[in-house]
Amino acid sequence: MLANLGYFSLVLTFVAALYGAGAAAYGALKRKPVFVESARHAMLLTWPLVTLAAVSIIALLVGRHYEVKYVASVTSDAMPTYLKVTALWGGQAGSLVFWSWLMSAFATAAGLRRWDRDRELLPWVIVVTMVTLAFFISLVVFFENPFQRLWQTLDGVQVSALFQPKGTIPLVPTDGQGLNPLLRHPGMVIHPPMLYLGFVSFVIPYAFGIAALAAGRSDDRWIRITRRWTLVAWLFLSLGLILGGRWAYDVLGWGGYWGWDPVEIAAFMPWLTGTAFLHSVMIQEKRGMLKHWNMLLIILTYSLVIFGTFLTRSGVLSSVHAFAQSAIGPMFFGFIGLTFVVSVSLLINRWGELRGENHLDSIFARESLFLLNNLLFMGILIVCFWGVLFPLISELFTGQKVTVGPPFYERATGPLWIGLMLLMGVAPLSAYGASSGRSLGRNLWKLMALSLVVPVALYSFSGVTLIGALIGYWLIGFVIIVTLVEFWRGALARHRRHAESFPLALWRLAVRNRRRYGGYIIHLGVVLMAIGIIGIEMFQTETQGTLARGESLSLGQYTLTYESLTQFDTADGRNVARAVVQVYRNGKYMGSLYPRRDFYYASQQPMTIPGVRSTLEDDFYVLLVGWEPIAQQGTTFKIYHNPGVNFVWMGGLIFIAATLLAAWPTREYESLRQSTAVRPAIARV
Amino acid sequence: MHSPSKWFAIVGAALIGLTLMASAPSQPPPPSDDEVNAIAHQMYCPVCENVPLDVCPTEACAQWRATIREKLAEGWSESQIKDYFVEQYGARVLASPPARGLNWLVYILPPATFLAGAYILFRAFRSWGRPAEPQTPAESDSKVDPYVARLEEELRRRS
Amino acid sequence: MTDESALEAVPTPKSTRWGVILVWVLVFGLLAVVGLGLIRTQQGNIGVGARVPDFQLTTFDGASVNMADLRGQVVVVNFWASWCIPCEQEAAELEMAHQQLKDQGVVFLGVNYVDTEREALAYLDRFDITYANGPDLGTRISQAFRIRGVPETYIIGRDGRLAQVQIGPYLSLGQIVASVTSSMEE
Repeated sequence: MLANLGYFSLVLTFVAALYGAGAAAYGALKRKPVFVESARHAMLLTWPLVTLAAVSIIALLVGRHYEVKYVASVTSDAMPTYLKVTALWGGQAGSLVFWSWLMSAFATAAGLRRWDRDRELLPWVIVVTMVTLAFFISLVVFFENPFQRLWQTLDGVQVSALFQPKGTIPLVPTDGQGLNPLLRHPGMVIHPPMLYLGFVSFVIPYAFGIAALAAGRSDDRWIRITRRWTLVAWLFLSLGLILGGRWAYDVLGWGGYWGWDPVEIAAFMPWLTGTAFLHSVMIQEKRGMLKHWNMLLIILTYSLVIFGTFLTRSGVLSSVHAFAQSAIGPMFFGFIGLTFVVSVSLLINRWGELRGENHLDSIFARESLFLLNNLLFMGILIVCFWGVLFPLISELFTGQKVTVGPPFYERATGPLWIGLMLLMGVAPLSAYGASSGRSLGRNLWKLMALSLVVPVALYSFSGVTLIGALIGYWLIGFVIIVTLVEFWRGALARHRRHAESFPLALWRLAVRNRRRYGGYIIHLGVVLMAIGIIGIEMFQTETQGTLARGESLSLGQYTLTYESLTQFDTADGRNVARAVVQVYRNGKYMGSLYPRRDFYYASQQPMTIPGVRSTLEDDFYVLLVGWEPIAQQGTTFKIYHNPGVNFVWMGGLIFIAATLLAAWPTREYESLRQSTAVRPAIARV
Repeated sequence: MHSPSKWFAIVGAALIGLTLMASAPSQPPPPSDDEVNAIAHQMYCPVCENVPLDVCPTEACAQWRATIREKLAEGWSESQIKDYFVEQYGARVLASPPARGLNWLVYILPPATFLAGAYILFRAFRSWGRPAEPQTPAESDSKVDPYVARLEEELRRRS
Repeated sequence: MTDESALEAVPTPKSTRWGVILVWVLVFGLLAVVGLGLIRTQQGNIGVGARVPDFQLTTFDGASVNMADLRGQVVVVNFWASWCIPCEQEAAELEMAHQQLKDQGVVFLGVNYVDTEREALAYLDRFDITYANGPDLGTRISQAFRIRGVPETYIIGRDGRLAQVQIGPYLSLGQIVASVTSSMEE
């Protein structure tokens, strides 16, 4: 009953979305605003309908309705209730519904804003969002239906369908298979929703960009409307990526957080163009330049979101991450084709109108540096895109399967990341418009020289000789110094001008210019992450050994002593082998760690959970690799020493907090926005 | 006929020689896990996609690591072992495509595209030219926040 | 999709047109590559009636078996691995079928997929398998058949075309014999 209700809500949503897109296009082309308004209502209707479907699925999941195929595949009696709710996105079908729910939520939010000033953009925003929504709903309605039930034919063959097929009886399993154990970690519970939030919310700036192209506008109105959307979308995407990394580190058991797996890269590519877009739009707002770039970047960001989703779900790429291959591949392919062709056509069509209002006056001007920023991000994107695509090309044209792995990506993108870090330090010192290299150089060289203290100190006191690390840390020091100087100068100016105390000046500075100073704090977060990334990538050490009880294994300054191993079954359906080890550093006892191996009976899957001792300085990461349960002869441990890795998570937290700060609406901004909104409306009349 | 000291010397030397011969060819220690992992780290599991061979938990991967250990014990070099794996399981097992034939495209295309893009930008910049004299100082930073405009002026004055 | 045409200089019509052409070539090129990849993914293993690719297998004993030489005979090609648990279910039955049918000119070939020699030989030893077995070097043979996993068995008829496919282990000796016999009749 509930399943049928859910399914029909989705069918209605599909119809409403198609109607909305059609009516809006018709209304725009035939200049009949009443149709556009009707389309907007249809758009607003989609969200309650999809919510009904999503709530139905959750009710089925929590209510142990194992006759529904989806419920049986992702839940089991042993799972706690909160995990059953999150199982909504635990499988292909449910995650598509979740995606659609987010999309209709954002479309509705956009539909509810005041459109008085932007009537010509409205129909096209509706068309883009509703076509996308209709596509995802159609995948659920026609291919991956989470409401299908299980039936058994008289021969004992199991089939699944929404309605009872002839000659079958209902099949109600007594228990479900349970969620993939890898997905039960708290980080994994919120990683998909955060990523989906990021992916889906990029449709809004894209829709506005396409609307601007379709309506023939070359101003930056669409950017200013969607400025906060973009920042929030980028926030969620960044958060999703960081959480994914943290989950991989905690639970996947290979001592790292990023493997350059094709599916990871598929999620990373929109982030690259999204970050470039975020920066580049500032130039269009300030100087009316880089319009071509901004259109291209938002089209790329959204296209990469869809393309990445396709790669993950169609089975074209093989990866540990990928969903099982299914019939939605061809549908996705059609939709991607449509998106590419329409976006590129529109952009080419309006190319001439997007000419910049100003020219680049100097290669040292801030505009030029932002242009260089775009180029560097595009460079990294091309490396990633090509690396993901090449195995496919190789297999198609030579029949040979190849792997493009971390060495390729690290070597190809390394210099580009260095370039970006350099820009992070140089750009705040630059000025708009005509500026000579000399004035920039004057400010620059002093700070660059000052920051050389860092690599010199590392070389002299810590004996670091890796040139890549020295350059990296030098640039990190440079960016930190430049950013702190920016804060200091700004606060000093306020302090002198407004006679505010220095701390108050600092606070007001950040709060009154959230975008700029929030941005600087985000950069600080990024370089803190870079400290950790360089630490773990360049200075990680590992060792592995088989120990009998009481024996020890050494790695650098650390020693691990194997104390005991116990094996037991838990209430939620797994067998746990848990080792107790003691950690010594330079002979001093640091504590005990408990690496373990969980084996889930239902899904026959093992999971290796490391025992980790974390400090700001480093992580001592111990994995239980194998044991001989009967002989109790030896247990194999693998140890990783990861210097500085916690800077990654700390930097990530600062990064996210600062993005929230930058995105937070300010009271002044809101009142000013409203006053500027009124004037043009009057002027137009 | 022979003096006792000479007799002792001969027997003693013989005894010492025998002892040396017996103890000299001791077995070299089996390759450590770390040595195996160092090579396995550079290769990928042929069955499970995109999982490095040193962390792959499956039975098959354990057997491959054992093969690496065997080959190391026999004295094979790292490149010999990698070549053996490529011969057995295909180029997929390596972390980077071997630089042969079509694979050159992997390594050349990204830097070539980047340089092409930089060149195009450079050309575009050149063609716009530069105005005769520098323009008035950049206009206010933000239309909505007058504080930032004042700030920029302050900073310009002081730097 | 690249930045190449994004920053054209004050555009002369010719360079703009080339830029546009390049962009479309890239877009459709990308779609073509991805489309082909998708088709290949959806394809699955080679189907019944298809011409079986010629391949060469070097057995563990060092002998060389050429598919081309076996034209005119019924050939049973079984893909297996020592780490594959379901493969063990059919191993003994395959050997029995081989013993039963070898006088009728049926050739059994075992292709060892992505395995180690020592474990493979131990597996063959365990089930007393006597028919020719060899490693699939470079995974070339399994790629030619486009297998999805192990075990899979391909029965090739006298005309060199695929007569029967079995995905997963055979359930009984009778099933193997029935499959082979029906392939002989074609």
